[in-house]
Amino acid sequence: MIQFDHVSKTFPDGTRAVDDFSLTIPSRQTTVFVGSSGCGKTTILRMINRMVDPTGGSIHIDDDDIATLNPVTLRRRIGYVMQNSGLLPHRTVIDNVATVPMLTGVKKSAAHAAALDLLDTVGLDRALADRYPAQLSGGQQQRVGVARGLAIDPNILLMDEPFGAVDPIVRRELQQELLRIQSKLAKTIVFVTHDIDEAFLLGDNVVILRPGGHIVQAGSADEIISAPADDFVADFVGANDGKRDLTVRERNGRRVAVDPSGRIAGVLRAEQPSDA
Amino acid sequence: MSLFADAFAWLFDAANWAGPNGIPIRTLEHLLYTLVTLVAAGVVGVTLGLYIGHTGKLRGAAVIVTGSLRALPTLGLLFLFALWLGIGLTPVIIVLAILAVPPLLAGTYSGIEAIERSTVDAARAMGMTEWQILAKVEIPLAMPLIVSGLRSAALQVIATATIAAYLPLGGLGRFVFDNLSLRRWDAVIGGAIVVTVLALIVDGLFALLERSVVSRGVRAARSRDGSAAQPARKSVAADAA
Repeated sequence: MIQFDHVSKTFPDGTRAVDDFSLTIPSRQTTVFVGSSGCGKTTILRMINRMVDPTGGSIHIDDDDIATLNPVTLRRRIGYVMQNSGLLPHRTVIDNVATVPMLTGVKKSAAHAAALDLLDTVGLDRALADRYPAQLSGGQQQRVGVARGLAIDPNILLMDEPFGAVDPIVRRELQQELLRIQSKLAKTIVFVTHDIDEAFLLGDNVVILRPGGHIVQAGSADEIISAPADDFVADFVGANDGKRDLTVRERNGRRVAVDPSGRIAGVLRAEQPSDA
Repeated sequence: MSLFADAFAWLFDAANWAGPNGIPIRTLEHLLYTLVTLVAAGVVGVTLGLYIGHTGKLRGAAVIVTGSLRALPTLGLLFLFALWLGIGLTPVIIVLAILAVPPLLAGTYSGIEAIERSTVDAARAMGMTEWQILAKVEIPLAMPLIVSGLRSAALQVIATATIAAYLPLGGLGRFVFDNLSLRRWDAVIGGAIVVTVLALIVDGLFALLERSVVSRGVRAARSRDGSAAQPARKSVAADAA
C-alpha cells in the first residue's frame, strides 16, 4: 500500500506541479494516473521512488515514511520502467537486465541466469540476450525495460508512459503482455499515461488528474464510464461525444453491438454464469 | 634551397643519433616531459570535467577560465614561473599543463553532457549511487570525447615542449634553440622535423585509441543509423531509374 497525505510539490522556479494530493494506492493491483501533459502525473509517480521529493505532506509505503528512507536503497526495492526504455547503450540486453541485482551483490552468473528467465517472462527470445539496445526494435527495447524493472522482484513497479513511444500495433501487444504478466505476478503497479483507453484497459483503479495533481475522479473503468463525475471527465473519457456509445442492431437473426463509426463491436448474448 | 637537403643530411648523420645529445635521448626526454604534463593536466582537467559534467555546476566559470588559459602567452608564462620557482622542470610542466588542461576539461564535460539525459535518469531511478552513475554510465559513455581531449592536449604539448630548451633543459627543442644563434640551419630544421614526426605519430596512436574506446553498443547504434539510411537512398535511386 502506498499512501499520499496532502502531498505538494513546488519546483525551485515556482511552478506548483502538485497541490495537496492525497490518495491510497492498494497493493497488488494496477493503479493508472491519467491526464493531459502538465497535470503532475509523472511528478507524483517519481515521488514514490524519491526521484522527486515533495515540498509538503508525506508519503508512506506500508508503514514506512519514505522521507526517512535512503533514496538509493528505496529505489533498489522499486522497479522503474520509462518511456524511452532508458537502457544503458553500452551494455548488452542481459547486462542491462542484471544491472540492479548485481549492484546489490548478486553474483554475475546467478544474475544472468535470472535475467534469462525474465526475458522469457516478458516474451523476448533468449537469443537477443547478447545484443545491444540499439540492435533491438522499439518494442523489444521496452520489453527489456520491463524485464529490468522486474529484475529485483520488486513489490512495486512504476511505469512512466512505458508504451508511449511505440507504434499502435506493438503498443497493443505490450499492453496484453503486461496484463498477462500482472495476472501472474500481481505486483503493485503504478502506471502513468495520457491515453484514457490504455488506462481503462490496464487499470484496476483509474485516477483522472487535472493540472496541479488534482484528482477529478478515481475508480474502476466501469464506475468512471457509467457515472462520470463531471463534464471534464465525461469529455475526457469520450462519454459526451458518443465515442463510447454502442447501439444494438439485428443482423442475420443475431443481436450485435455497433460502434459510432458503424463497425460491429461484438455480438450480444444473454449473461451466462461464469465458469470461475 | 639546399636547406632541406642539409637538414636531411643532418638527420641521417649517425653522429647525431649517439650520446646524451643524440636524437634518441632528446626524443625520450621530450616524451617524458609530455607524459608528466599529461598526467598532471589529466588529474586536474579530467577530475574537474567529471565534476562539472556530472553536477552541471561551475560550467560557466569553466568556459571562461579555459578560454582565458588558452589565450595566455606560453613563453612569457614560462619566464614568469622560472623567475618565481627557479630554473628546473617544474615551471616547464606547469606551463605545458596550462595548455593541456582546457582541451581535457572541455572534452570531459562535453562528453558527459552529450549523454542522453534519460539514460542517466534511468540509472539513478534504478538505484545507482552518484559514484556508480559516474563510473558505470557517464565515464564509459564519455570516454571517446575524453580521449579526444587527451589527443589534442598531447598534440599541443608535444609541439610546445620545445620551449623546455629555453631554461635550458632537454628535449627536442635543444636542437632548435641551441643552433639558432649558431645559424646552423640544418640542425634547426632537422630538430623541427623530428618534433613534427613525433607529433604525427603520437596523434595517430591516439586516433586509434579513440576509436577503440567507443563501446560496441554505441558503435552498433551508429552503424544501425547508417544501414537504416541506406535502403531509403536505394529506393530513391530505384525511383529515378
